[in-house]
Amino acid sequence: MTATATAPGVLQRLLVWWQAHGWPAWIFDAIWMVVMAAVVTAFVLVTVLFLIWLERKVSGDIQSRVGPNRVGGRFGPLQTAADALKLLMKEDIIPAGADRIVFVLAPFLVFVPTLMVFLVVPFSDRWLVKDLNLGLLFVVAVSALPVIGLVMGGWASNNKYAMLGAMRAAAQGMSYEIPLILAMVCVAVAAGSLKIGDIVSAQREGGWFILRFPLQLAFLLYLITSMAEVNRVPFDLPEAESELVAGYHTEYTGMRFAIFFVAEFAHLFFVAAFCTTLFLGAWSGPVLPPAIWFLIKTYAIILVIMWVRWTVPRLRIDQIMGFAWKLLVPAALVTVLLTGLVWTA
Amino acid sequence: MSVGLTPTEQVILNMGPQHPSTHGVLRLRLTLDGEVVVGCDPVIGYLHRGMEKIAENRTYAQFIPYTDRLDYISSASNNEAFVLAVERIAGIEAPPRAQYLRVILLELNRIASHLVFVATFANDLAATTAFLYGFREREVIMDLFEMWTGARLTQSWIRIGGVGSDIPEGFEKKAHEFCRMLGPRLDEYDQLLTGNRIFRVRTEGVGVLPPEVGVDYACSGPTLRGSGVGFDLRRAEPYEVYSRLGFDVVTDTACDCMGRYRVRMEEMRQSVHIIEQCLDQLPEGEVQAKVPRALRPSAGEAYGRVESPRGEFACYVVSDGGTSPLRVRLRAPSFYHMAALPEMVRGWKMGDLVAILGSLDIVLGEIDR
Repeated sequence: MTATATAPGVLQRLLVWWQAHGWPAWIFDAIWMVVMAAVVTAFVLVTVLFLIWLERKVSGDIQSRVGPNRVGGRFGPLQTAADALKLLMKEDIIPAGADRIVFVLAPFLVFVPTLMVFLVVPFSDRWLVKDLNLGLLFVVAVSALPVIGLVMGGWASNNKYAMLGAMRAAAQGMSYEIPLILAMVCVAVAAGSLKIGDIVSAQREGGWFILRFPLQLAFLLYLITSMAEVNRVPFDLPEAESELVAGYHTEYTGMRFAIFFVAEFAHLFFVAAFCTTLFLGAWSGPVLPPAIWFLIKTYAIILVIMWVRWTVPRLRIDQIMGFAWKLLVPAALVTVLLTGLVWTA
Repeated sequence: MSVGLTPTEQVILNMGPQHPSTHGVLRLRLTLDGEVVVGCDPVIGYLHRGMEKIAENRTYAQFIPYTDRLDYISSASNNEAFVLAVERIAGIEAPPRAQYLRVILLELNRIASHLVFVATFANDLAATTAFLYGFREREVIMDLFEMWTGARLTQSWIRIGGVGSDIPEGFEKKAHEFCRMLGPRLDEYDQLLTGNRIFRVRTEGVGVLPPEVGVDYACSGPTLRGSGVGFDLRRAEPYEVYSRLGFDVVTDTACDCMGRYRVRMEEMRQSVHIIEQCLDQLPEGEVQAKVPRALRPSAGEAYGRVESPRGEFACYVVSDGGTSPLRVRLRAPSFYHMAALPEMVRGWKMGDLVAILGSLDIVLGEIDR
């Protein structure tokens, strides 16, 4: 595996310097990968802190409240940091009768895949950690993993609310994966490749996918299903506060809870970033630097998702499933068909 | 409602006494088949304070603040039921101005209570924004109460023979302002909730309470009117000056959560109408009749019933001629609605249970007493 990210020139010179000492190249690659992983993790965590603050501010505005306005100045920018600190200091409780190993492992199984998918997000023309040949497939495969963590957490908690939440998470996660993947398939058909770099360049040449006929449908499907994937109202069944207290993470406290929470917001950021990549031309845009364009588009999507969350009520489990199987899956199949017809014609 | 060939095991789930949507310390012993509620057994009593017994050891005037703590969302209706009963035994009548002021206080309480209902009902369905909107509007009423009575929640302002004080200067203007403000805000709720497709699929046809079942369970108030039975004590057995005021008894034939929600929404508009009439007709004069400091009503008994925001709230008072009642019996509407709950939720899902419970608008303070 070679590192292709950031200024290749600098990397090349570093590698030459490294090999001049007679050290093997694979160690260089290994170190480089660790560095990149750390950078991605740090970036995502900071983004999550910001997103949580943003969510509070946005919900405050929508609900004619003020939102955080004390910690760290007038707009409470350090509110989330203070909350994270509080969670760090909380007692870590593992309930009696819990399956300890599974209980402890579950948050990480949710957290790690949500970080992994950021490897293939093209933040700018020079920042794409790894442009895998099967980038799209990688995303589909890895982003399906967190559901296992949710079910593990719910099962291991030895709590009926958590169990119900886990069952809902499994049912919902699997049902909404299908239209989500079909929406991605449309993009793959249009770009003629599963490689993220190719998808981006296809949009640079022929215009953003959201502007080309059947892909608007795919965009809508992606947006709706991704809201379900990140468990947000109206699809927040797995945690449904008013029904299941906190769903699958009812029994989690302190940092273990925080990991679930961070994973959720990291996933939110990812689905918005990936939506930008697939449909909104990734980092392309005039005047401003590519990375700025990428973030503008991503945050636009995030704000839409937040807006929906703070506006509508929650659906019921059978309605959620009916919506996925009776409406979204057929609609997604039709969209795939249309995309195929348009792009072969 | 079973899942066909797959054998399933029923699970008993204790929902409460600590739970986000049991509206207080209620415990529901649920039998679940997957998500489906096959049995629901309400366990009450976590908030029992022995109100009826306390009354026997307090003077008549002393018991009024206790009644505030029954249905604490709308405390004036409780005061009113108790005071009505005492006034009937003692043969006291409040002056006309006091009667109008009582109606204003009662109707403001009704609006505040229904706003809390809309807010919590929406919150049960995860519409958090409507929740905060409801409390935002209620805040204005709380400020009005504070301006008039000094208290925001437990006003104790309906006293034997009158009200605690006349309304302060500027109150009428602010009350008018509120009345003008509420209508457009309710239209906003209609846009946000009533017409919302998700809100409708969650409430329409859910938790049906047929009118005859509602009557059998002695349901009352918006819960019964949401099933199409036009029973309203303000009309059926008018107290204070309700007979002089024009308002509609709102009913809805839907019999479901949506019907009960719509009744309450419309009742808020009717209450605004009532308050405006009261403010316009408000006569000059005293607000407190002559009542002896140590009230010793002659031996006898009386029943005071009022239309509280939840339904028929009644107070049965027996006097033996002493300074404290011999016996007080409180009839709390939520108690009867709670009894009908198991019948309404059977066969519905966990999410619907929360919606149905929310649509009954129970207050544990009056159920447990």
